[in-house]
Amino acid sequence: MKLHPAKLLFLQILVAVAALAVWQVGATVPIGGDYLLPEFFFSKPGDVLSRVVELFVSGTIWKHLWITLTETVLAFLIGAIGGVVIGFWFARKPVVAAVFDPYVKMVNALPRVVLAPIFMLWLGLGIWSKVALGVTLVFFIVFFNVYQGVKEVSPVVLANARMMGMNERQLFRNVYWPSAMSWMFSSLHTAVGFALVGAVVGEYLGSSAGLGYLIHQAEGVFDVTGVFAGMFILAAFVLVIDWFVTRVEKRLLVWRPQAASEQN
Amino acid sequence: MNAAARATTAEAPHAGASLAVALDDIAISFAVKGRPVFNAVAPTSLHMREGEFVAIVGPTGCGKSTLLNATAGLLAPAGGTVSIFGEKLIGLNARAGYLFQQDALMPWKTALDNVAIALEIGGMARAQAHAQAQDWLKRVGLARFTERYPHELSGGQRKRVALAQMLIRQPKILLMDEPFGPLDAQTRQIMGTLLLRLWAQDRKAVMFVTHDLEEAIALSDRVVIMSAGPEARIIGDYPIDLARPRDAAEIRLDPRFHELHRTIWNQLKTEVAKTYGDDMDGVEVSS
Repeated sequence: MKLHPAKLLFLQILVAVAALAVWQVGATVPIGGDYLLPEFFFSKPGDVLSRVVELFVSGTIWKHLWITLTETVLAFLIGAIGGVVIGFWFARKPVVAAVFDPYVKMVNALPRVVLAPIFMLWLGLGIWSKVALGVTLVFFIVFFNVYQGVKEVSPVVLANARMMGMNERQLFRNVYWPSAMSWMFSSLHTAVGFALVGAVVGEYLGSSAGLGYLIHQAEGVFDVTGVFAGMFILAAFVLVIDWFVTRVEKRLLVWRPQAASEQN
Repeated sequence: MNAAARATTAEAPHAGASLAVALDDIAISFAVKGRPVFNAVAPTSLHMREGEFVAIVGPTGCGKSTLLNATAGLLAPAGGTVSIFGEKLIGLNARAGYLFQQDALMPWKTALDNVAIALEIGGMARAQAHAQAQDWLKRVGLARFTERYPHELSGGQRKRVALAQMLIRQPKILLMDEPFGPLDAQTRQIMGTLLLRLWAQDRKAVMFVTHDLEEAIALSDRVVIMSAGPEARIIGDYPIDLARPRDAAEIRLDPRFHELHRTIWNQLKTEVAKTYGDDMDGVEVSS
C-alpha cells in the first residue's frame, strides 16, 4: 500500500506538531502542581525556535556551520581517498592484505572517541584534530567497501572482459574501478554521516568553533535552550547534507536496479 | 563407441590447413586439496574446420564446458595440445569470442557502451565504435534499447547484447557455453534462429556446448557426444545433413530431424542414464 505524497507529508507534519504540542504542554501546564517537563531541563519549543532565529539573524551561526562543514568535507575526502587507494592495493595484493589483516581489524575495533585526545595533542585544537577523527571513521567504511567491491567482481564479467582482449589497465578502468565505486557509493550515506560525527565529537571534546563547540558551550552554563537550538540546527544540517548525498548517489548509480540501491 | 571417436581423428587430415580448432589428446584435471586429482576429461581429440558449426552434447557435468574453456585459453589442459589455425595456443585465445551462459555484461555500462567497449579497447575511436555498436544492436533487434542498462533489459535482450558484444570484434572462432540455457523455450528458439542468421553472413567456426540435443541438431553441422564424467571423452560424432538456411524452430518438424534425433539419442541416453545411475549409487552408499 502506497500513500499519496500529499497525505504522507501531512502525516509527517502531524507527527512533528504532536511532539511539539506534548513538549509545550509538558513545559508550561502544571499537572497537580508539577511540570511534566520542567523548563530548566527541557526548555520550551518557542524559546528554542527564537534562539535558532536569533543565531541566524545575528549571523553567529554561519561561522560555526562553515567550520563544521569544512571539517566534514575534509574528513570525508581524505578518508575516502585513503580508503580507495588502500582498499585497491589490498584487494589486488592478497599477501599485503594477509599481513596487515590483524592490524586492520585491531584498529577498526578500537572505539574512535579514545583517539580524540591523542589527535588533539598532536594536531592542536584547530580543525585538523577533528578532521583526523573523522578520517579514522570514514577510512574504514570506504576501505572495507572498496576491498569487497574489487574482490567480488563477478568472475564471469571478468572472464568476458579478458576474452574481449582487455589488458590490466583496461580491466582496472572498465571492471574493477566501477565495481569498487558502486560499493563505495552504496555506503556514501554512512561515510558522510560518520565524517560529520567525527567533526562534531571532536569539536565537543575541545575546540573554539563549530556546532559541537556551540552545544558544549551551552551545556557548560546549563543553557538548555542553547543545547536544543544547537541540536536542532545540527539535525537540519544533517538533513541538508543527506539530501545532497542522495542526489549525487542517484546520478552516479543510475545503472543499478532500484531494489539494490534502496537497501542501503 | 570408440570407432566413432577414432573416425573423427582419422578424418581430420582431410581438412588439412583449414582446421580452425584442433584439440589433440586433451586431458583436463582439477586438483582439489586433500583429494585425489579429479580427471574431468580423459585424453580426447576434436577437430573443427573453418566455418563449421559443431555442437557438443553430453550429460550434465561431463566436461563439455571444460573443453570449451581449454579452447578459449581460460583453462590450461593437463595434457595434449590446443591448436588454433595450426598454431599452438598459449595464454588466452585472441581469435575467439566467448558467449557465456551467465550474464557477462558490465552492469554499469549501457547496452551501447557494452558493445562499443569491445572495439574501443582495441584502440578504435569512440565515435566510430559507437556507430558500429549501434549497427550491431540493430542487427540483433535492439535498436530501441541502446541506452538501457543491463538490469533494465530482459534475459533474452541481455543475451542479444552479449551476442552483439561478441560478434562486433569479428572473431574467427565463436565459443558458446550453453548460451541460451537460462532462457525460456520460446526465446531459445528465437535466439537460435537469430544466431543462425547472423552466422550465415560470414560463417565462423562455432563450438556450441549444450545439453539440449534438439537445439544441437537444429543449429549445427556436426553433433559431438561426450561420455559421462569423470574421464569424459568424445564417444560419438554425427554429421547433420539438414539443409540451410534453417529456422531453429521449424526445422524440428522436418522428418530428417526426427531420424537424426532418434539415432543420436539412442547413444546419448545410455550416457545420461550413467550419470544418474552413479548418483543413485552415491545416494545408497551415503544413506
